[in-house]
Amino acid sequence: MINSHNVVIKPKKLFSFSDIKEVWEYRELLYFFTWRDLKVRYKQTAIGALWAVFQPFMTMVVFSVFFGGLLKIPSDGVPYPIFVYTGLLFWQFFSSALSDTSNVLITNQTIITKVYFPRLILPLSSVATKFIDFAIAAVILVGMMIYYGYTPHIVGLLIIPLLLIITFMASVGFGLFLASINVKYRDVRYALPFFIQILMFVTPVIYPASIAGKYSWILALNPMMGVIQSARATLLGTTVLNWTLVGISLVATFILMIIGIYTFKKTERYFADII
Amino acid sequence: MNIQMETNNKKIIEVKGIGKKYNINHQQGGYITLRDIMTNAFKDPLSFLKRKTKNILGIETKEEFWALKDINFEIMKGEVVGIIGRNGAGKSTLLKILSQITPPTTGEIRINGTVGSLLEVGTGFHPELTGRENIFLNGAILGMKKKDIVRKFDEIVKFADIEKFLDTPVKYYSSGMYVRLAFSVAAHMETDILIIDEVLAVGDAEFQKKCLGKMEDITQKEGRTILFVSHNMESIKQLCNKCIFLDEGKLGQFGKTNLIIDYYLNNNKKHEAIYEYKINKDKQANITKISIINQKGILSSEIPISEYFFIKIEYYFDKPQKETLLSILFYSDEGLLLLSSESDSTLQLNNYNSGYYESTIKIPRYLFNTGHYNFEVTLHRPYIEYLDNKKNLNFEISDINNIKSKIFKGHSSGIIASILDYKTKKL
Repeated sequence: MINSHNVVIKPKKLFSFSDIKEVWEYRELLYFFTWRDLKVRYKQTAIGALWAVFQPFMTMVVFSVFFGGLLKIPSDGVPYPIFVYTGLLFWQFFSSALSDTSNVLITNQTIITKVYFPRLILPLSSVATKFIDFAIAAVILVGMMIYYGYTPHIVGLLIIPLLLIITFMASVGFGLFLASINVKYRDVRYALPFFIQILMFVTPVIYPASIAGKYSWILALNPMMGVIQSARATLLGTTVLNWTLVGISLVATFILMIIGIYTFKKTERYFADII
Repeated sequence: MNIQMETNNKKIIEVKGIGKKYNINHQQGGYITLRDIMTNAFKDPLSFLKRKTKNILGIETKEEFWALKDINFEIMKGEVVGIIGRNGAGKSTLLKILSQITPPTTGEIRINGTVGSLLEVGTGFHPELTGRENIFLNGAILGMKKKDIVRKFDEIVKFADIEKFLDTPVKYYSSGMYVRLAFSVAAHMETDILIIDEVLAVGDAEFQKKCLGKMEDITQKEGRTILFVSHNMESIKQLCNKCIFLDEGKLGQFGKTNLIIDYYLNNNKKHEAIYEYKINKDKQANITKISIINQKGILSSEIPISEYFFIKIEYYFDKPQKETLLSILFYSDEGLLLLSSESDSTLQLNNYNSGYYESTIKIPRYLFNTGHYNFEVTLHRPYIEYLDNKKNLNFEISDINNIKSKIFKGHSSGIIASILDYKTKKL
């Protein structure tokens, strides 16, 4: 069943709660899009889903050799490999979800111009795909924690879902915003990889936030800083968990999410016409 | 009246004052990049600023284009409605609005039922996925529930006739198999209303026949409502009991199929069936007017294959011309030269006095197969000089009353459709 029984089509309003209901009605499509992306991604590859592990793992090795080993970047007293891997894990979830979400309307334009479904399904499914990658890559982290002998705090484990929700909202919110611009200005596609790279250096992925000293609160405006910092605090006990930091991140991503959905809904009205 | 009796008078779609406006600047040139905007700003900063301020103040003079304007109609449950009109009349826009792909600028539509739309065959098919996987993916994109797809799975596969290749990635499918599978998935949607855009234009003749049959089943046995856009008048006649004729974004006519098709054929492309040219004083000869006239003597550039038609050429000589020839060259849609007709049956070069002339050329029935054709008219002195030449003139041969359709439900192949004499005897 495509649409609910009585449909009225008229010039679109901006946002209503029926949108959320509609996304729920189409949850099976969300599943199928995610399934398609996962299935297609590793077709015709020799090692398949191992790529999800291989990428962060190799990055971790290289970073550990250069930044940890040669440059001796401080890591709040924990071994550099596990320190950087925790950061990379969340960072890659965020950055890959962000770049996929930003391009999702362009990559699916043939479907968008031919079939109706709530468009929000597309960005949601690309984040879901990346979440699965995250889950696979997280296995390595568990292995490393066992190897280095770290036991997480119970509170720590409980806060992980919250951190994931923040990461999710940050990538979806920002991604929706960029996706809407991308429909009209394809510059986004070229600027984004470069932008993400810069963003990684202003996020404490390869260095601890403590490096910024008393100015670290500025970094906290970047939601991913709070996420990575808190993940390290709870899993590795680098610092005491800073609830204010989590709070700031949560509020910041929430605002980002609202802006994202707002712009997306605004452009949704005409993007089938100009894509 | 009859139609309404059959269907219990239940309104299923109500379209009120629908309009759709496009801004031309959106339409042109695909997408814009920020870089373009910036280079423009640097090249001509003054006009850039002027435009920007106008833009911000909202007094910018945008070029507007109404693809649809003030469309009103009602469709009852169980009706099969064809939508006809020439290219750019707004057919696709109407379907896109009905299937909620793009919202209307004005007006509203009330729909009492579920809608499934099939604007393209195989939307969302992924080449890397197997036939089986694509059935589920495509079904889900079209809005089917997983359990419904599972339930209908065997039926879909059987209809598409691809049992053997079910687990092969569709990128290895022939185009025929691909289309069959795609149509089959769509045909098994269980919505109250089905919106279909020209999908029968694909696939081989046999499969087209099967599709038409399936669509008849859907409407007659299951009582569902169909909206159907096609250029193929035969399939419209066969399927639809009512028709909407869209003319330049407006509702031209709405009523019984036969009446509307007749109206359409007699009124269609009137302005394209006549080409007029100004006299150029520098030339010794001028073609002034070319018109395409059907069997009934009415201007029309859409000609039933079963009827002969005329091309009338009017031309003017400034001063007497010797050994001159009037030629017509016919080209296929792909630009292949099909026929070059140089002269009348005397096969002689003509001498003309100064003044106006008119030649009418009769094109026999079943010369060209159904489709679009270009032609070119030339006045020339062979091997000496071209006097005048008019290109890019068009006509369309339509499938109406095609006796060949008795055998071939869809499109019989070939460009030339001449019916040849067979003398057969038993040996």
